[in-house]
Amino acid sequence: MTPPDAPRATGVTDGYNFAYLDEATKRMIRRAILKAVAIPGHQIPFGAREMPLPYGWGTGGIQVTASILGPDDVLKVIDQGADDTTNAISIRRFFTRVAGVATTESTAEATIVQTRHRIPERALREDQVIVYQVPQPEPLSRLEPRRAETERLHALADYGLMHVRLYEDIARLGHIAKAYDYPVMVNGRYLMSPSPIPAFDNPKMHRMPALQLFGAGREKRIYAIPPYTEVRSLDFEDHPFRPIRAPHACALCGSTESYLDEVLTDDAGGRIFVCSDTDYCGERQAAAAKAAAE
Amino acid sequence: MYVAVKGGGRAISAAHAWLDETRRGDPSLPELTVAQIEQQMGLAVDRVMAEGSCHDRFLAALAIKQAKGDLIEAAFLLRAYRTTLVRFGASEPVETSAMRLRRRISATYKDLPGGQVLGPTFDYTHRLLDFALAAEGVERDAAPQAGTPVAAVPRVTEMLAREGLMQREPLDDTEPGDLTRQPLAFPAARPVRLQNLARGDEGFLLALGYSTQRGYGSNHPFVGEIRVGHVGVEFTPPELGFAIDIGEVAITECQMVNQFKGSRTEPAQFTRGYGLVFGHGERRAMGMALVDRALRAQELGEDITAPAQDAEFVLYHSDNIEATGFVEHLKLPHYVDFQSELENLRTIRRSAVAAGAAPGAVTEGAAQTASAEAAE
Repeated sequence: MTPPDAPRATGVTDGYNFAYLDEATKRMIRRAILKAVAIPGHQIPFGAREMPLPYGWGTGGIQVTASILGPDDVLKVIDQGADDTTNAISIRRFFTRVAGVATTESTAEATIVQTRHRIPERALREDQVIVYQVPQPEPLSRLEPRRAETERLHALADYGLMHVRLYEDIARLGHIAKAYDYPVMVNGRYLMSPSPIPAFDNPKMHRMPALQLFGAGREKRIYAIPPYTEVRSLDFEDHPFRPIRAPHACALCGSTESYLDEVLTDDAGGRIFVCSDTDYCGERQAAAAKAAAE
Repeated sequence: MYVAVKGGGRAISAAHAWLDETRRGDPSLPELTVAQIEQQMGLAVDRVMAEGSCHDRFLAALAIKQAKGDLIEAAFLLRAYRTTLVRFGASEPVETSAMRLRRRISATYKDLPGGQVLGPTFDYTHRLLDFALAAEGVERDAAPQAGTPVAAVPRVTEMLAREGLMQREPLDDTEPGDLTRQPLAFPAARPVRLQNLARGDEGFLLALGYSTQRGYGSNHPFVGEIRVGHVGVEFTPPELGFAIDIGEVAITECQMVNQFKGSRTEPAQFTRGYGLVFGHGERRAMGMALVDRALRAQELGEDITAPAQDAEFVLYHSDNIEATGFVEHLKLPHYVDFQSELENLRTIRRSAVAAGAAPGAVTEGAAQTASAEAAE
């Protein structure tokens, strides 16, 4: 990242500060981020601001991105793994308008990746930051709706509720039925929501070289996983964690490793499976085309 | 082969162009001016100012025009603008007893110093459609003028308090919390609760206030006083060290008088529910005052049994900008999480069949799990 307080870019929408937020707000958010990095997986309350996008559409991620963004950064925004979904396009355009930064669809070229619901298939590097949009930062929220009580449970590291919930799945269904937003223990201390990424992506968080930042705007919480931190998906010895993906190969690039979207092709039950990570899929297709040409 | 539709960028641009066209409507009709909205849809402007928590009639009217009259969308536009403004300080508390009154009514006294002032109100109008309004350009008669403007009048609750019948609110000079700067935390102090309610959704406040009247956390209320008018706003610039008048804002204040049976340490007396909102918004100020009083249940040693008394429930759900964004985010794609649920369901069905159970038996429970968690 470049120094975030560098002078304003030119050619962006008039009348707004670089990256939309004023410098005092960005400083406040950076302080929350520093705290979050210091206590991996712990939710730090912060004074989330109203953003010109609706709550629940990525306001937390956008505020985190706005606070760490410098004029020389290259931003990639994905939604459901894809660069070309409407929300990803809209957020990318927002930062083009208010910060004038370069954007990319390539995971390898990006310095900051803002994401909703996926971690790119390509492994991230030390010089990259991934910013997650988080709808509900509290992993215990469905088990205990009261914030005052969940804060107590975190303080006591009392995560029995979640173990019981997973155990009940096994007792009723034979295995854990949590398919996304699968809870993780970070650095052996805090139970954390990985945001609604599929459980398939959870292992990518473990000892990731890139800094992982999580922003929840409506719930006004920031949390983080520093590089190379231990992230373990909750499970039991006799029922180990199992990432789920559709057991197919991508219809476009043939990958059997990546997470797949199911695409209905007609109304008679026809369907194909394609990579949800559009950049990964595109790179593989290009490589295959090049190999075929040679 | 079918490939997922691309070109979201062009679709967005086209959709927004269409929105702009429908906003304008039939181009053969004259375009609404912002000034017309500000003048003739004043109560909508007031509501948007309150929920947008920004006192600026012009901007609120502009937002209403841009939002095609969708008031929550307009409040959202105003809040998103407000967030970019530099906050250079806080005003002195406004002195509502010195309000330049347009309206002041009390339901607890027939007559009182200062009198009842009806002001511009829908109360006592018959809700019959006025077809004369459909004819444009008709001159309306000017309203009759009172002889002398209403002077500053004392507050009803203050008269009760002097008799010892109304609980005094303790004076507190600590800096109140500010929800636009700090996140909500519990237990939430009353200034924070009041700030939350002041910009809360009018419909939500109305419904919760109504629920207290229907018995959910009942506490028989009287309207001690509603006053609508203008108050001066004073600000103390640090470099001056004394307060200067920086203008006036229109506000509505409601003080609800509620029963209180007393406790071991306090004699029986009335207690207050308080509502203060931007602009002319009586429904909103009354709802706020009812909910404020309900939220004081713990402090006053009352049983907490109803939604309106549950601070977490009320404060986390009162903000319509937050609520509308999150509810409407369900329109965003959810292919990834839905796909993981699909595979999960299929796995469960396969293992159920393998175990010899009827395919429908186990999957019902799994379907419930799936649907309960589908909303993210």
